[in-house]
Amino acid sequence: MTEDAARSSATQTPGRPDFLTVRNFDFFYGKKQALFDINMDIPEKRVTAFIGPSGCGKSTLLRNFNRMNELIDGVRHSGDIKLLGQSIYNKEVEVIALRRSIGMVFQKSNPFPKSIYENIVYGLRISGESKKSVLDEAVERSLRGAALWDEAKDRLHESALGLSGGQMQRLCIARAIANRPKVLLMDEPCSALDPIATVKVEELIHELKQEFTIVIVTHNMQQATRCSDRTAFFYLGKLIEYAETQKIFSNPGQKQTEDYITGRFG
Amino acid sequence: MDNIVTHAPDFFSNSQAESTKAIARSLWNRVLTSICVALSLLTLVPLVSIIYLVLKNGLPLLNWSVFTELPPAAGMVGGGFGNAVVGTIVMVGIGLLMSGPLGILSAIYINEYAPASRLSQAVRIVAKLLTGIPSIICGVFAFAVVVSTTGMFSAYAGGVALAVLMLPTILLTSEQALMGVQSAFREASYGLGATKFQTIVRIVLPDALPAIMTGIMLAVARAAGETAPLIFTALFSQFWAKSLSEPTASLSVLIYNFATVPFPHQVQMAWTASLVLVAFVTLANITAQLVFSKKY
Repeated sequence: MTEDAARSSATQTPGRPDFLTVRNFDFFYGKKQALFDINMDIPEKRVTAFIGPSGCGKSTLLRNFNRMNELIDGVRHSGDIKLLGQSIYNKEVEVIALRRSIGMVFQKSNPFPKSIYENIVYGLRISGESKKSVLDEAVERSLRGAALWDEAKDRLHESALGLSGGQMQRLCIARAIANRPKVLLMDEPCSALDPIATVKVEELIHELKQEFTIVIVTHNMQQATRCSDRTAFFYLGKLIEYAETQKIFSNPGQKQTEDYITGRFG
Repeated sequence: MDNIVTHAPDFFSNSQAESTKAIARSLWNRVLTSICVALSLLTLVPLVSIIYLVLKNGLPLLNWSVFTELPPAAGMVGGGFGNAVVGTIVMVGIGLLMSGPLGILSAIYINEYAPASRLSQAVRIVAKLLTGIPSIICGVFAFAVVVSTTGMFSAYAGGVALAVLMLPTILLTSEQALMGVQSAFREASYGLGATKFQTIVRIVLPDALPAIMTGIMLAVARAAGETAPLIFTALFSQFWAKSLSEPTASLSVLIYNFATVPFPHQVQMAWTASLVLVAFVTLANITAQLVFSKKY
């Protein structure tokens, strides 16, 4: 972890350690089991990184937090995931409301073919908000929060598709935080970005964790080192090790973890 | 190893055999390219000739009276086909009102709600079969369903026949349009907590709209020019239509009637009507493309 990250973590007031909890969680794509008995507690207002080789289940677990996997046919799970102590699979929980309180940023940025303004207020419009003052405020707040305000404020009503790759991803982040979600899920947000854009997004993550709980899936171990407070290492659907990032990368408890971070397999 | 060395073409070899092979390849390449270009130009010939003939024969009689006056009686000169223009627009409009929403909503169902279901598969197969239906069958169907039951020839009956004709095209092209919308957009929408309905209305349909409009224009173009569905459903009329429940004139039936009579003026009128028909369809197409083009 960089000095900055360590300092900011240390000075933050500790939030709930069990903001998002996973208990005995198995997940199946049809007959194929993708996750085996996952147990973890994700702390509030911290950045938790999921690392592991391709196919290890980290994206699968991430997409279960906002029940996005349910859009695929033939999936099932057993076990539980709780947000702030309440199961997300509770019958009273409306999936729509859950997804509005959990924001997601995807690997390949996917802004809608609309203006920058309309992209950001989409989440508010579908919740029924239509007052211009509220929408305008949300746009400025979200763009500032995503470090995109200066670059975008003069072109709010131009097409979002005219932005550069890094800007589009920051737009997607702005879009995700416009609804003030409790958790921000990021699925390899920098993998399609050039190094300069990556730095900007990583700096953004540092800022964002003061307000949001962040879970980030990354293939890039250095990124996990730079950005996260805690790291979970997955392999073949199992959670191998989960601890403070500093510990995972300097003194891992499991041999598999050590093999992965030293590059003996990828 | 030896085989590879002796049989593969060598870039650096200067042998006579290699040179002739290279020349032959190059020549063959040029011959085939020329054939492709020639055939492409050939496909333009019928199109260009039709436009040329329609313009050449139809322009002389083209003036405003054509839209404001009624068809001339046999042997007479002057007159127009205003009632036929109105009739075509009205009946295509009725057909579109019936088949448009039905086709688009069905496409939404089979692509967004239950793409793999038996019902969707059945709908696709039936729609594809119906695209090949002879247009006269659409006329016969409308005759049985509307004319026989109501006891009269009407614009409604003509509209129903055209609707049956347009529905499969609209449904299938709308489905293709919806399939063309990137799934990343839908995912982003669901991720932000939108319902399926909101996603379809706010994201999918607007993005698919240009392609849907193209499909509708294709259907309209076909329907506007069909004669067989209208011959025994809307019949024809020499007068302005006072209601939708009476025999109605249409451009296609007018062309059919006038093209074969021994009166040169009438035949000339038929050409002008053809020109108006082609122009009307082209104009509708251009307008739709301009209004519904992708803004972002």
